[in-house]
Amino acid sequence: MRALSTNLAAGDVAFGAGISVASLRAGFGEHTVLKDLRVKIQSKALTAIMGPSGCGKSTFIRCINRLHEETPGAWVRGSIELDGEGVYDTTVDPVELRRRVGMVFQRPNPFPNFSIYANVAAGLRLNGMRKRRMLDERVERSLRRAALWDEVKDRLEKPGSSLSGGQQQRLCIARALAVEPEVLLLDEPCSALDPLATERIEELLLHLKREYTLVMVTHNIQQAARVADETMFLLLGELVEQGPTSQLFTNPRDPRTESFISGRFG
Amino acid sequence: MNSRRTIYRRFKSRTILGLMAFTFLLALVPLVSLLWTLAANGAATVTPHFLTASWAPVGENGGIAHAIAGSLSLLALASVVAVPLGLANGIYLARRAPTRLAHLTRLLLDVTSGIPAIIVGVFIYTVVVRREGFSLGIGFSMVAGGLALAMIMLPIFARTSEEAIRAIPRAVEEAGLALGLPRRRVILRIILRAAVPSIFTGLFLSLARVAGEAAPLLFTAFGSNDWPASPLKPVSSLPQLLFDYARQPFDELVRQAWGAALVLVAIILLIRTATFVYLRWRYSKGASIA
Ligand SMILES: Nc1ncnc2c1ncn2[C@@H]1O[C@H](COP(=O)(O)OP(=O)(O)O)[C@@H](O)[C@H]1O
Ligand SMILES: [Mg+2]
Repeated sequence: MRALSTNLAAGDVAFGAGISVASLRAGFGEHTVLKDLRVKIQSKALTAIMGPSGCGKSTFIRCINRLHEETPGAWVRGSIELDGEGVYDTTVDPVELRRRVGMVFQRPNPFPNFSIYANVAAGLRLNGMRKRRMLDERVERSLRRAALWDEVKDRLEKPGSSLSGGQQQRLCIARALAVEPEVLLLDEPCSALDPLATERIEELLLHLKREYTLVMVTHNIQQAARVADETMFLLLGELVEQGPTSQLFTNPRDPRTESFISGRFG
Repeated sequence: MNSRRTIYRRFKSRTILGLMAFTFLLALVPLVSLLWTLAANGAATVTPHFLTASWAPVGENGGIAHAIAGSLSLLALASVVAVPLGLANGIYLARRAPTRLAHLTRLLLDVTSGIPAIIVGVFIYTVVVRREGFSLGIGFSMVAGGLALAMIMLPIFARTSEEAIRAIPRAVEEAGLALGLPRRRVILRIILRAAVPSIFTGLFLSLARVAGEAAPLLFTAFGSNDWPASPLKPVSSLPQLLFDYARQPFDELVRQAWGAALVLVAIILLIRTATFVYLRWRYSKGASIA
């Protein structure tokens, strides 16, 4: 088993336009959350991030779109490269970066008082797109990609909050996709959803990963096994192990990964 | 099963229900008797003519339309001043990390809200109306009255705006930032819009609060028998007309004062009801949003 899986190991995959993280340290004030993280994330694939609560999963993905630094007291050192370009280079504007790196949060958070349409169009409209025809087109395309179009096409003017939890989360995915990012970060996107809604989102992710680089935090080992190409396991702000999902779950190299999988902590 | 405990519980719940009904009736008494007194004394006076005609000399059957128009223009002017300031303050107080300046601003607003309305009137008189000394010197006018009302509205409106904005979860702000929008745009176009229903509620409530004020207008808007013509001219208002007419020795004017009182209360109740209906409509599931 071990011998077979080595040729699938992370280092062997060709990373063309992925995300490359080197000596990343991050934290809040005195508190260091991420300690010297070094990982590579494949483009056009789904990478799952697992680990016990508080190990820094959210902090990590929030460093990728530079949302972390919006929290008072938060700091980052080290480098993250997206398509070979340093995300933390002084020439990079975090606002523009976030149009390339979208994000979906743990709890569905549609904009209150915005219709379904206005939610999806928000990123475009507020960045100056005015033409109704173009907006219509983008909204429809994004909703289709988020597998929500058929359910909402007759009530686009209803409030986003009138949808069910699972629909709201797909609405948030559509909202993120509308600005046409290359990367989509998902922070436990299903943890507030019922199993059926979760299944729909997972189906959707399997489609999306052909076109987008997906990075998803998840607590659910089965979920990672179902959708993730790669999985990384974090513990106390450090990378324990990263590899193709099937290998990580069937044949972990690190005993700590093994005990996490078998449910001894988390 | 009719155990002793069930009987005791039923007794307790009935007693409490009875007490609640009693308190409710007790609270109803002043309100109903007030409305009854107003209606009994004012209803006969309030005719379409009374509502649409302007002042006329005693004996010539005048109306209070000039005062209604005056009140509305004073309230509009006060809103024009208080709304942008209050919103700016609300945003500043709700979203910034609490700086010393923010604390100071909040303290100042709290102190302002405790100043008696008549003193606000005197203050505006001193720095806006008065034609000599350290003053804008624009004289008795709609502008001066509007500023006085704005000063009373501002602390209330700023506070409710702050609460309204603070109530929007941080997750909404983060979602906006994550879309690649500058923070300022997220605050002005997303958070503010999300807070609109509560902001409107605050506006209506602060308007209802100042609509009945006569004291701040005595030294500022001054009162007038004409339709509001210019922002720089004195202007009438319902509370002040009431105050002036009620002290006159003519039965006709006293009757008109009762009528004005009824109209004033009706307008305030209307504003409050509008707030309530608006909120019900806004929060009713499935309401369409443009
Ligand atoms: N805003 C914050 N201020 C201070 N510490 C924080 C903040 N957010 C998270 N933390 C701390 O950072 C650590 C990592 O948190 P997080 O990245 O959210 O973990 P995870 O997503 O893996 O559960 C935790 O110890 C948490 O208490
Ligand atoms: Mg988390």
